[in-house]
Amino acid sequence: MFDWIETIADWVVFDLFDILPKSRLAEAMHFFIYDTIKILFLLVIIIFLMGIINSYFPIDRVRNYLSRNKLYGLEYLMASLFGVVTPFCSCSSVPLFIGFVKGGIPLGVTFSFLVTSPLVNEVAIGLFIGLFGVKITAIYVLSGIILGTVSGFVLQKMKLEKHLTSWVKTILEQSKKEQDKFIQQRQTLKERIPIIIDEVMTILKGVLPYVIIGIAIGATMHGYIPNGFFEKYLNKDNYFAVPLAAILAVPMYSNASGILPVVQVLVAKGIPLGTAIAFMMGVVGLSLPEAMLLKKVMTIKLVGLFFGVVTVCIIISGYLFNIIF
Amino acid sequence: MKKIIKILGTGCPKCKKTIELVENVVRENKFDATVLKVDDIVDIMKYDILSTPAVVVDEVVMIKGRVPKREEIIGILL
Repeated sequence: MFDWIETIADWVVFDLFDILPKSRLAEAMHFFIYDTIKILFLLVIIIFLMGIINSYFPIDRVRNYLSRNKLYGLEYLMASLFGVVTPFCSCSSVPLFIGFVKGGIPLGVTFSFLVTSPLVNEVAIGLFIGLFGVKITAIYVLSGIILGTVSGFVLQKMKLEKHLTSWVKTILEQSKKEQDKFIQQRQTLKERIPIIIDEVMTILKGVLPYVIIGIAIGATMHGYIPNGFFEKYLNKDNYFAVPLAAILAVPMYSNASGILPVVQVLVAKGIPLGTAIAFMMGVVGLSLPEAMLLKKVMTIKLVGLFFGVVTVCIIISGYLFNIIF
Repeated sequence: MKKIIKILGTGCPKCKKTIELVENVVRENKFDATVLKVDDIVDIMKYDILSTPAVVVDEVVMIKGRVPKREEIIGILL
């Protein structure tokens, strides 16, 4: 499927720049050109497809759906699934949190959404397919959804409402089920397409610098770090590697677009996939800036519990990945 | 009548961009309007929105969750 990109990369590196094949510079450059083209190509497709789904299920509709329907335990899974199709911006996490709580959606269900949304989204999926292939992507998406579902369920069982800040509690008491019906805009797909394409361009422009920098760092590591370099320190027999990677990653923040190309090279150079993915999930899913935002609606204790539960789930999925692969 | 435009946002890049854009449009077209920045989350949540930035004109939410287009702002303010 991607042979044509290989040809382009070959031509640029070996013919246009006339760099000696097998040299480190050639390896790095080839990797950079090939990956950049392939990933941009995939990102455009995936963001576009997700844009279509999102156009029919905007966030307001998701909230109304979760608020109005009795789902007998499936609501965690639904919230998690909605998290996948909704583009996520960490600065929107607080309004979203309040909006959900206001609509009478249980705290745990809201958490399910908040966990999955940054982990599995259109940009992460596009990058994952490009870097790791379809099979690993499918497993990643699945584990992201399970992670959100389970974390939300566990957090709900802990009865955490009392740990919200007082103004949020007031909102909670006044919460009501959304009765107003969502007015679906009656647009044909044809009318929606230009809006969606616009959205694709905006998202692409937003992540482009991170993707390029990420691939550039990845390409340099690809060319200059010997194969198996990390294996000495972080092999599968080292049981502490997964928790260590996850815990180190939590305070760091990057979106999926910056961290994934680096993770791919780490894996290629010998870090077990599960360890690398635990690291990536920690970086993307939890971060200090997010904790600061959430502190406005939750007590520090609740932020801590939220981060704790999610970190444990990330560590578990890291181990699972290492067992599977 | 003088319009009151409120830009709701907690300071993310998209919110800053929206403020800049709206201020520019108001200035260039000499609209009779005041642009206010609302960055306190308690105040933001008084409006029923789920994602920022949002543009509120005379207490009515006109745009939410995205950076509006120039023409769109003009359309709202005319």
